[in-house]
Amino acid sequence: MHNLKLASVVVGLSIASSGFAATQIEWWHAMGGANGEKVNEIAKAFNDSQDTYEVKPIYKGNYTETMTSAIAAFRAKQQPAIVQVFEVGTASMMAAKGAIYPVYKLMKDSGQAFDESAYLSAVTGYYSNSDGQMLSMPFNSSTPVLYYNKDLFKKAGISQAPKTWQDVESVSKKLLSSGVSCGFTTAWQSWVQLENLSARHNVPFATLENGFGGLKTELKFNGPLQVAHIEKMGEWQKNGIFSYSGRTNDGAAKFYSQECAMFTESSAGYAGIKRNAKFDFGVAELPYWEGKAKQPSNTIIGGASLWVLQGHSKEEYKGVASFLSYLSKASVQADWHQFSGYLPITKAAYDLTKEQGFYKANPGTETGVIQMTTGTPTANTKGLRLGNFVQIRGVIDEALESVWSGDVDAQTALNTAVERGNTLLRKFEKAND
Amino acid sequence: MTVTFPQKGLPWLLLLPQLLVTAIFFLWPAEQALEQAFYQEDAFGLSREFIGLENFADLFTDPLYYQSMLTTLVFSFSVAIVGMSLALLLAVMADRVVRGKLAYQTLLIWPYAVAPALAGVLWWILFDPSMGPIALWLKTAGVNWNHYLDGNQAMILVVIASTWKQISYNFLFFLAGLQAVPRSLIEAAAIDGASPFKRFWTIVFPLLSPTTFFLLVVNLVYAFFETFGVIDATTKGGPGQSTTTLVYKVFDDGFVGLDLGGSAAQSVVLMAIVGLMTVIQFRFIERKVQYS
Repeated sequence: MHNLKLASVVVGLSIASSGFAATQIEWWHAMGGANGEKVNEIAKAFNDSQDTYEVKPIYKGNYTETMTSAIAAFRAKQQPAIVQVFEVGTASMMAAKGAIYPVYKLMKDSGQAFDESAYLSAVTGYYSNSDGQMLSMPFNSSTPVLYYNKDLFKKAGISQAPKTWQDVESVSKKLLSSGVSCGFTTAWQSWVQLENLSARHNVPFATLENGFGGLKTELKFNGPLQVAHIEKMGEWQKNGIFSYSGRTNDGAAKFYSQECAMFTESSAGYAGIKRNAKFDFGVAELPYWEGKAKQPSNTIIGGASLWVLQGHSKEEYKGVASFLSYLSKASVQADWHQFSGYLPITKAAYDLTKEQGFYKANPGTETGVIQMTTGTPTANTKGLRLGNFVQIRGVIDEALESVWSGDVDAQTALNTAVERGNTLLRKFEKAND
Repeated sequence: MTVTFPQKGLPWLLLLPQLLVTAIFFLWPAEQALEQAFYQEDAFGLSREFIGLENFADLFTDPLYYQSMLTTLVFSFSVAIVGMSLALLLAVMADRVVRGKLAYQTLLIWPYAVAPALAGVLWWILFDPSMGPIALWLKTAGVNWNHYLDGNQAMILVVIASTWKQISYNFLFFLAGLQAVPRSLIEAAAIDGASPFKRFWTIVFPLLSPTTFFLLVVNLVYAFFETFGVIDATTKGGPGQSTTTLVYKVFDDGFVGLDLGGSAAQSVVLMAIVGLMTVIQFRFIERKVQYS
């Protein structure tokens, strides 16, 4: 009897709530852990701020899983309205013209005020078409920086963070002779040591403006700068200055355990490092080769953006547009930036964070933003737009691993990677022409 | 004598659930893969082009594909042989335990309940070059363990992680097989003065051959097709392509790389390999197996 009563109450409630049901908007994302909770919090704040729309964030696993699920769902006509796609998936999304609803168009169609100049061009450039119109909404962007162990530096008598790769070498030698077992390790080797290396020195990674100019792009990362850098790193792997620790960011363990004194990793790794490092650490800009560039250029971003998919009602798209506007609000952005360590996407959010004194209270958190926004992005530093990029990164990983293990020299390895990568690009061109 | 049913319909009705499951979950996807293999398609399925055998041509002109085949063979036979020998050893010893037999046997079966990806993570932690207990212990023993860099070490790691789980399964079957060996035969041999070792090799082992054969098939199929979770959790196919097995490549090209046509072509090749493997095993190896 009691159960029956309870059931009728539940049924009654659900009928009542469906009476004035808000338009539901599904948002598939790849943010696990603390960031995932924050995503739920953001959606809840948006839902509480109005009652016409309800955004439902759904965690779909890692980036690859989220993107693949969304694509599978699209093929089955069950796609969400919004999906978070990592930066390497950008070209695939962009090429799928019938599947995506470009953000600039969505904003116009739904009459949302949308000022593209309010966003940081170094961030939005990655996700804009050749006319500078935003195709997706940047959500979580980061850029590689250098973390260093201040305690170990002090012990070795080093007072300054390295600025150039030459510095990294000399500092590492001092560290090694003071008893540290490895100078530096890196996360995301292709992103940090090739893609961003090229951008930092304003050297192309691929032809046709790194792929922004069309599907006929060809890889170019076997040039003298990249070969010299990879060759040097191969040498460093042998003498202990560099220690390879895998394709993702597993190298963090070596930095936490103080085995390695420096770590090149995403600016978004800050929160994790702060939590796990039992020592004083500093954040420096990504090094560059002195003599190879007059002035280091801005680095490029990693992370993900939000894509709107076709196949939903006008009403839903209105909701999507107002949610994207909400996400871009300075207060929401600043909160997300400060919480997660991802870069702010608007100038207003950056200024607000400054005003709130966050960078003073958390030294090092501004490094990535400053490095990102040095100068105006050029064709070589705007970003990368390559089809089959996930696989190309795999090819690069394999090539770099063969250099680290000493099996192949840098030039041969990069030549092979370029050749294999170009095959993948041609395949993509053929499938999407 | 053959069993006959009074009506023609009933046997079909009884078979229907199994036939449906086979059709929906096996035949239909297989047909889809076969079809997909002849097309080039973008990820979203917006455009599709018939390209004949081009996906297969790409595959068979790719030296890395042959390397992946070799990797798969090395990996699969290592898993099968290591897993089966250890399980046999444990089963022979467990068969002799008198006290606490049940507890001992139960403990040995436990790992089978662990999900492959979890087993992968477990070994990945144990062997992590900078904090894994086994890696650190190896370091003090003078072995520089770094499976991120050393392809052979990476292979050893995935073999260990994949085998560990399978030992329980093999153990269970070997134990059952051992218990089915008639005691009288062993006792008779013992009276004739055969040493324990000789008794095992000339009596027990040949009588176990149906079990061994069955397990060989099961283990090879396991290593071929069900280990991608372990590989994904430990090495992701690296370093280089040293642990990229054929199935991992299908997953990587199809699921991660979104190259549906190429991945489908690989699945078709895998289907052919499985067919061939089954035929070879049953035609040539089974003949030499003693069933009673």
